[in-house]
Amino acid sequence: MTFNRVLTLIGLAILIALPTFIPPYFLHLVIQILLWAFIYTAWALMGRFGFVSFGHGAFMGIGAYVPALLWNYYDLTPWIGIPLSLGISVLLAIIIGYPCFRLKVVGHYFALVTLALSQVVLLSLVAARDVTGGSLGFTQKTVGHSWYALQFPDKGYFYGIAVVLWLIGLLAWQRIDHGISREALEAISEDEDAAAAVGINVLREKLRVTVISAALTALGGAIYGQYIMYLNPETVSGIAVSLQIVFASIAGGVYSLLGPTVGSLLTLSLTEGLRVWFGANFIGAANTIYGILLVLCIIFMPQGIVGTIEGIKARRRRMAKPSAAPSNVRT
Amino acid sequence: MLSLASVSAGYGSFQALFGVSLEVPKGEAGGVIGPNGAGKTTLMRVISGLIPMQEGVMTMDGRPVGGLPAHRMVEQGIAHVPEGRRLFPRLTVEENLRIGAFIPQARARFADQLDWVYTLFPRLKDRREQAAGTMSGGEQQMCAIGRALMSKPKVLLMDEPSAGLAPLVVQQVFDLVRRIREEGLTVLIVEQNVQQVLDVVDRAYLLEVGSIKLSGSAAELKNNSFIRQSYIGL
Repeated sequence: MTFNRVLTLIGLAILIALPTFIPPYFLHLVIQILLWAFIYTAWALMGRFGFVSFGHGAFMGIGAYVPALLWNYYDLTPWIGIPLSLGISVLLAIIIGYPCFRLKVVGHYFALVTLALSQVVLLSLVAARDVTGGSLGFTQKTVGHSWYALQFPDKGYFYGIAVVLWLIGLLAWQRIDHGISREALEAISEDEDAAAAVGINVLREKLRVTVISAALTALGGAIYGQYIMYLNPETVSGIAVSLQIVFASIAGGVYSLLGPTVGSLLTLSLTEGLRVWFGANFIGAANTIYGILLVLCIIFMPQGIVGTIEGIKARRRRMAKPSAAPSNVRT
Repeated sequence: MLSLASVSAGYGSFQALFGVSLEVPKGEAGGVIGPNGAGKTTLMRVISGLIPMQEGVMTMDGRPVGGLPAHRMVEQGIAHVPEGRRLFPRLTVEENLRIGAFIPQARARFADQLDWVYTLFPRLKDRREQAAGTMSGGEQQMCAIGRALMSKPKVLLMDEPSAGLAPLVVQQVFDLVRRIREEGLTVLIVEQNVQQVLDVVDRAYLLEVGSIKLSGSAAELKNNSFIRQSYIGL
């Protein structure tokens, strides 16, 4: 445990010192990795219990667009715009979640409903062309360095914000993991009726985790939008983004605290690495390889990368200590 | 203790229960028997709040509890051992029991309840680290009953506890029911195994096509010629 603590401290120290010694391009990558890691972690809060949402692109899109639109049209500071976008996401999560959970829409059906949600938000953003700029995208009015507008030309600021955000995501994960909600949600994911029969308020527990997950995703989308300063329906919302969230989280491992973060690290370095490596030579090759690797990952490591490593470690520990408890199906 | 008066319920437009009335006095065991599709499981699910009651009155210790959702029923002291056991198969035995003590009152007494359940069923203690889904049918039934007992219920509802078990294990399950009765618990049990259930309950009801056709003490029903012909096969 103390060893782990030392490692954590060293990791945090490196994280704090990072912007002072790496070139801007890599800092840009790290910021993106952290922001996406936050969003993936937010998704995994519900994904790990088998509530697979293909609708998180919608929450991210709302998070990104609402503060930006309010800023451009009404000069409203993101400090108000972001909480508003969170509120709208929560409302939407309840509007979708409540009937789904009430009517026991689970598994594939739940995935389909949320997939539709992604598409509805995407199409709305594109259709409201006069306001959102449609498929051409949308750029916030720039004012230079400003806390009021939450705009910082110096990447160091966003790096700091991204680190804090990421830590908030991990904290939220820990809170749920160590709380009684985890027991309830685990029971619900195994058997909803049986969970209700032992006194778990199934509807409330599911709605709560969905709302938390949606709000955090919107927050991630908002900060991402503030950082990138260019919003496009296809890159911050819609099915493509929803799928990216699902696959990267699963590839990293939804059952482990750092799984989604590793998923983000891996997918981003992979896309960037392949893009730089192939350059303009084989158009599409990078995406193909990326897709194949992702599929292999999911087939051969259903617990995700972090989950698989943890499983191997646990097996070693058990072999070293034969008196340990008999094996359990879960790792 | 638990009393139902003219309770009706169903699924959508399909009505499964027509004005069912029954009474389980404190400390007694009641049995509901009847053929497949008579509405026995529906009755259990209505009492435990998993299916909403459409009409009628249901009281627990004189307080009306009809229409409460399932998680509130547990707080009223009604615990349900569902048909087919319905354990959380990938969780360990002890995790299953821990979730059985989910409601706040039970959570506070978790350690005591766990000791009690382990004393009642020592086998569960041996298997505490095992994934519940990997145990034998009889052990799973034991775990399902243990999980329900963890909420320290006043009334235990058991839906077909002997279903799908080997004859020898069925015997063991009914022994478990006797042990639970000795602990002073009130029990309502639904069974197709008429002969066995009439040996452990005080009073029984025959449910056919959604309504009570016959009721009486276990001894009366055992000697009733209709029951003997149709359900015991004598």
